[in-house]
Amino acid sequence: MKVKYFAWVRERIGKAEETVEPPASVRTVEELIAWLSGQGEAYAHAFEKPKVIRTAIDHAHVKADAAIAGAREIAFFPPMTGG
Amino acid sequence: MNSPAATCPVAIRIQEDDFDIAREIAVLTKSRTDIGAVVSFSGICRADDDSSKIAALTLEHYPGMAEEEIKRHVDEAISRWPLNGVTVIHRVGRFMPGQNIVLVLTASQHRRAAFEAAEFLMDYLKTSAPFWKKEESATGTGWVEAQACDDEAAARWTKS
Repeated sequence: MKVKYFAWVRERIGKAEETVEPPASVRTVEELIAWLSGQGEAYAHAFEKPKVIRTAIDHAHVKADAAIAGAREIAFFPPMTGG
Repeated sequence: MNSPAATCPVAIRIQEDDFDIAREIAVLTKSRTDIGAVVSFSGICRADDDSSKIAALTLEHYPGMAEEEIKRHVDEAISRWPLNGVTVIHRVGRFMPGQNIVLVLTASQHRRAAFEAAEFLMDYLKTSAPFWKKEESATGTGWVEAQACDDEAAARWTKS
């Protein structure tokens, strides 16, 4: 699946997007964040406070317990500060 | 519920270019005699923050989702207030103090709906539309942190 990163999540990971293939045991947003955290120091740093991270699946906000099955694009970012 | 389709044109734009408030209001009200009130909110890059002077602000967004998220809230505003037109323009890129960042225009027959809908849209733009600000100041560069007061402002519109 395609994942995108924005703002300081993007800066910490060092890329804006990538394709990842988590194992089948990773079913929710929460589990995906935990799995990504194990993909290296940069990821661990980006996701060090998982409760702060906001997630969108296919352009819509979702909660940490949302299922990721069927998602085309999952995005991780800090709380929004537009306007 | 009012039926928005024919009577409430919606314009949502995310752009690097500046906007002209007078021109946008003219576009919104052109050939319309049913509009009695237009409220405009503009957000401007300011130099003074609590701690340090801001030299510049960079706005990043999530292309695709930003437009869709704004549209969802505009649709909700149209279902809650009798609106006759909505324009939302959010700029992205790097801005200096004094430059425009965001414009919300709401048009209605009467002022109350226009005022409330503009405030509703701004509260959600700040807390739910995927935009992020990075500040540059004399002390360095850093991402702006979300404010709890903005979440509280948005929460008061939640229907019980």
